[in-house]
Amino acid sequence: MPAAGPAATAQMQCSEGADGVRLRIAGHLDAAAAARLWRPASAAAAGAKRLVIDAADLTGLDTAGAVLLLHLEASIPGARTEAPTDESLAGLLARSRAALAQPVTAAPAALPLLAQLGQATLDAGQHGLDRVSFLGEAVMAGAGMLLHPWRLRLSEALRHLDEAGLRAFGLTLLLGFLLGLILAFQSSIPMRQFGAEIYIPNLVGISLLRELGPLMAAIILAGRTGSAFAAELGTMTVNEEIDALRIMGIDPIAWLVLPRLLAAVLVMPVLALVLSLAGLLGMGIVMVVLGFPPVAVLKQVQNAVQIKDLVGGLFKAAIFGLVVGLIGCRAGLGAGRGPRAVGDAATTAVVGGIVGVVVLDGIFAVLFNRLGW
Amino acid sequence: MSGTTETEVVIRVQDLAMRFDGRTIFEHVTFDVRRGEVFVILGGSGCGKSTLLKAMIGLFEPAEGRVTLLDEEMTGLAGAERRALLRRIGVMWQSGALFGSASLAENIEVPLEEHTDLPAEARAMIARVKLGLVGLADAAQRLPAEISGGMAKRAGIARAMALDPPILFLDEPSAGLDPITSAGLDALIKDLARSLGTTFVVVTHELQSILAIGDRCVMLDKEAKGVIAEGDPRVLREHSEHPIVRAFFRRQAMPTPAPAGQGA
Repeated sequence: MPAAGPAATAQMQCSEGADGVRLRIAGHLDAAAAARLWRPASAAAAGAKRLVIDAADLTGLDTAGAVLLLHLEASIPGARTEAPTDESLAGLLARSRAALAQPVTAAPAALPLLAQLGQATLDAGQHGLDRVSFLGEAVMAGAGMLLHPWRLRLSEALRHLDEAGLRAFGLTLLLGFLLGLILAFQSSIPMRQFGAEIYIPNLVGISLLRELGPLMAAIILAGRTGSAFAAELGTMTVNEEIDALRIMGIDPIAWLVLPRLLAAVLVMPVLALVLSLAGLLGMGIVMVVLGFPPVAVLKQVQNAVQIKDLVGGLFKAAIFGLVVGLIGCRAGLGAGRGPRAVGDAATTAVVGGIVGVVVLDGIFAVLFNRLGW
Repeated sequence: MSGTTETEVVIRVQDLAMRFDGRTIFEHVTFDVRRGEVFVILGGSGCGKSTLLKAMIGLFEPAEGRVTLLDEEMTGLAGAERRALLRRIGVMWQSGALFGSASLAENIEVPLEEHTDLPAEARAMIARVKLGLVGLADAAQRLPAEISGGMAKRAGIARAMALDPPILFLDEPSAGLDPITSAGLDALIKDLARSLGTTFVVVTHELQSILAIGDRCVMLDKEAKGVIAEGDPRVLREHSEHPIVRAFFRRQAMPTPAPAGQGA
């Protein structure tokens, strides 16, 4: 058995003889000793024409020590190592030498720029096709569900309604309230110059119900729920649970995606309404602080806001919910492999969800304008 | 067998008990592990083998009893002392537990970079040696997501060995490996135990592996909630009178209590 313990830590002696430089390393050559001897030993070996590494008197050796010996051996062509007399240490050295000698596959060379561009184009095209095919699958599954509504996993849909809706109420109320407060306060400053403060409820009411309510609720949904969809489905993809479902003959779209989509579509109008109402409350408080009686504020809101603003906003909110849900589920099911895949899927879901919703909101703005709504 | 002449105790488990939510996993577990021996924790599925291992490395706080590693009491150890002790043990996790964003070589270099003063060149060479030892030299630059489960396990062993710690804990090292790789791994474990005096604590239920590498073992049982046998696995195989131990070593189904007649 090799001697253990710090007492016998390795020492190096360098001598020059007829057979060139002789490096004698004796004692316990562990990682600490190897770290200490690495530079002096390398320097001593570097200048030698011929090199003999005398490791015969080693009493202990670990991989770091063996690597030092092999590094010295490789530094001078034709260098020779006198193996430790202790058979087990010699065995470790031999095994390390054999392990180092195994061929190492170099990382694949990077493609030339033009090929990278081509590859990126192909990938983008493939991703686009995947998205379209996912959309198609979701539509088919949705149609199938309309024909056979009893197949919907209601308990799953309710769970997601609870998670995406009920549990988001606190956050939605807070953000809506603050949004209304800030909007009213900021607009009061320029409007005061024209004595038009009484029109603040018109401005805040219409912008909240038509635009900001649905948009902010969609952003909350993308951040809270879209990412959760992507992370949950992404983890299932990484764990091969999706493959298992497919092999069992169960359509993962119908089984996993539809309940989530349903929950997202149903919850969004409620979230948007809650957010808008909280915003109106915040605005009302600013108005009262500015000296307007609550009745006047309420009357002003009633005059300014029409039912079509509210319905249009809630309709938009439902569509936003569908888009956020679709993008979140697609990101999860399209996750790659490994732990990073789940994080990437969640990021894609949030970024894609927000971008998708804002773009869609722009389209709605043009559409509603053309339709005169 | 190697290790039997060495009497220095490196791990001492005394009257250890683990409970989760009032449910006892095991209790009154007491054994010593000596320097340079390959100590196997064996038993059927769900008997608490991995839990015992995690209690030994301080990941789970035991309900009762204590664990002493390298003359330091693990239970209740904190701060710098705990870190210093953790540096002297290596753990191979059942699933490999490799860092997903780093290549296999980088995975092995992490502990070397944190705990030694070795230059980058030395760290890279050590990573190559370790990967070569487990037969993964050609996968050094690949990410954990790009390799198979068996390869991940071998890479996990390579990382556990990075610092050549005096004690290595291996959780199911040969499960999921092909017989040739598994036998190679067994030989490696024996060699390291012999040449470096590395102590191995191996959780496994691979019979061939137990008999090939185990100097001593404890066998846990779910029903008994504790150790039902201790000693040289080869001796236990031949001479144990305990029905579960006999069934385990002879790969027999356990006699079920209801329908009689399947005798052990």
